[in-house]
Amino acid sequence: MGLHLWRGERHVLNGLSLRLGAGEALQLLWPNGAGKTSLLRGVAGLLPIESGTVRWKGADTSTDYAAYCSDLAYLGHDLALKGDLTAAENLRYSVGLRRQIDAAAISGALQAVGLTAPHDELVRRLSAGQQRRVALARLALWDAQLWLLDEPAANLDAAGQAQVAEAIAAHLSRGGSALISTHQGLPLPAAFNRLSHSPQEFA
Amino acid sequence: MSWAWFHRFGSPPYFYRLATRWVPWLSWPAGVLIVGGLFGGLVIAPADYQQSDAYRILYVHAPTAWLSQMAYTLMAVAAAVGLVWRMKVASAVAAAAAPIGASFTAVSLVTGMLWGQPMWGTYWAWDPRLVFQLVLFFFFLGFIGLRSAIDDVSRADRAGAVLAIVGIVNVPIVHYSVTWWNSLHQAPSVLRAQGPSMPASMLVPLLMSFLGITLYFYAVLFYRTRAEILRRDRGAAWVRELLTGKGKTA
Amino acid sequence: MSRPASSLRAASLILQRDLTLAFRRPGEWLQPVAFFLIVTMLFPLALDPELSRLRALAPGALWVAALLSSVLALEFLFREDGRDGTLEQFALSGQSFAWLLLAKTASHWLLTGLPLAIAAPLAAVGLGAPASAIPGILVALLLGSVSLSLLGAIGAGLTLGIRRGGALLSLLVLPLAIPTLVFGARATAMAIQGEPAAAPLYLLAALTVFGITLAPLAAAAAVRISLE
Repeated sequence: MGLHLWRGERHVLNGLSLRLGAGEALQLLWPNGAGKTSLLRGVAGLLPIESGTVRWKGADTSTDYAAYCSDLAYLGHDLALKGDLTAAENLRYSVGLRRQIDAAAISGALQAVGLTAPHDELVRRLSAGQQRRVALARLALWDAQLWLLDEPAANLDAAGQAQVAEAIAAHLSRGGSALISTHQGLPLPAAFNRLSHSPQEFA
Repeated sequence: MSWAWFHRFGSPPYFYRLATRWVPWLSWPAGVLIVGGLFGGLVIAPADYQQSDAYRILYVHAPTAWLSQMAYTLMAVAAAVGLVWRMKVASAVAAAAAPIGASFTAVSLVTGMLWGQPMWGTYWAWDPRLVFQLVLFFFFLGFIGLRSAIDDVSRADRAGAVLAIVGIVNVPIVHYSVTWWNSLHQAPSVLRAQGPSMPASMLVPLLMSFLGITLYFYAVLFYRTRAEILRRDRGAAWVRELLTGKGKTA
Repeated sequence: MSRPASSLRAASLILQRDLTLAFRRPGEWLQPVAFFLIVTMLFPLALDPELSRLRALAPGALWVAALLSSVLALEFLFREDGRDGTLEQFALSGQSFAWLLLAKTASHWLLTGLPLAIAAPLAAVGLGAPASAIPGILVALLLGSVSLSLLGAIGAGLTLGIRRGGALLSLLVLPLAIPTLVFGARATAMAIQGEPAAAPLYLLAALTVFGITLAPLAAAAAVRISLE
């Protein structure tokens, strides 16, 4: 189902080719500067690819980019949360761009990620870890098949990291795929978990 | 019919060699024509019965003014080709054309002012053509400024291309608005190059000067594009070959 | 399975969100209009405060101040959303990026352009314009500020992420704004002199329509490049 071919990106990534199946997670444990973020952004279509193609469900993603985007969830370094909005408002405005959503679904998602703060607290008053949880709730609500996660467990304690892993595992068990850049590696179910330690593995 | 020639142009080593071969073929005729045109215009041609000798600055002013507008068009088209077809050579041409275009615009402005002093009695009049040249100058400066503010060459190329396209779409609107504005405020300007009524002794040097300065523009453009390509491809194998195994192309 | 959001819904969410944010932090959005009023106040102080003479200078003073203040306001257009990753999520939302940016530009205009257009007749009266000129000035500024916001969106998109891009932004936007300035100032002058200002207002409206159709596309291309 999920087929990815990817090739040649500026100085960072040369002639890379990899594929990701349904229900599969690929964790990139590459050293700093090896191009993890570039790869994720290239796959998301945020960085232009010098040559080669990104394919999703067998089709070149650039031909119907909007359709590809609706299958895609990208969580970058910047969480795209507004400090002057509450957690619930943030989710309402950002998830609402993609699909229809009601208040009950939002508070359900916030509870599921273990946001302990009141949901009408402004996001800038939350700790970094709590903000990550809000972003995680948004990820779940997006309901996308392909997750591109850039350091999803940064700023999280052990419990938080376990929670991220749990969310990803649930996503995989629904047949979703995930491409994850990470420092420490997340504990995911072994059957569908692939680890990569350097870009050369895909050359 | 194939697009092979188009792709060949797009190959930096091919374009580099082409430009290297063309620079002398453009420079020499340019030099001869400019010297001939200026000699004809400044020495041989008779003085104008109205403007006496002051009109002679036309031999520099008119060609640079025309080239500055052509340079902007060329720059915008090249940048757009670079953006749409991801043709790096075209982006290099656009990047190389901008400073030349800005200089030609500056020369045309300065010569226009020098011409204005004896004709209008002032260096600067709010003549629509002068104002338009000035706006064009700012368009060039904006393009150069934006490019230099972005470190990544490919991003600078594409951002510059968007700006150049927006600019070229706006050029006719700006031109119209400035003409419209002027028509409300003052009488049309005094000067107009007398096309057909111009005697051959004035016209021939003018044409020579036009052609010569145009060739000069292309010579400098090719020369600068060569440098731009080398700078961009400095890591590429063909550049290293060129530098170590020299002689083949030079 | 979830139902996708319509593009109208997406645009209205962006408007709601931006207005909510603006009301929680009102200081930022009041700055450009305050700047506009201060600049127009400086003209009588620097020139001759005699009303009949100020009246001749009023259109120019108003429009130069409006241009400068809207360039100043452009800094708020994409900066925050670019910095915190929101624009990236817009680009990946599956909605037309140009459309979402048009919605953002619309909310920006509501917060900066509209106050400017409302403040302009006040400033004009201070510069000696008769009360009969108010409708004409208001319409001119309404149309002009929309087209300035749209042009500005292109410039703001191109300079997004450039450190200290403010001066560059004005260098890019102000030459493009010349037609707006010419037609707008002319319409204002005619309104002040009591002549029918329809001709320049039509031209201004044409510019605005032209801007609404094409500027978001250019802005979307520009923002995409800046996000890389």
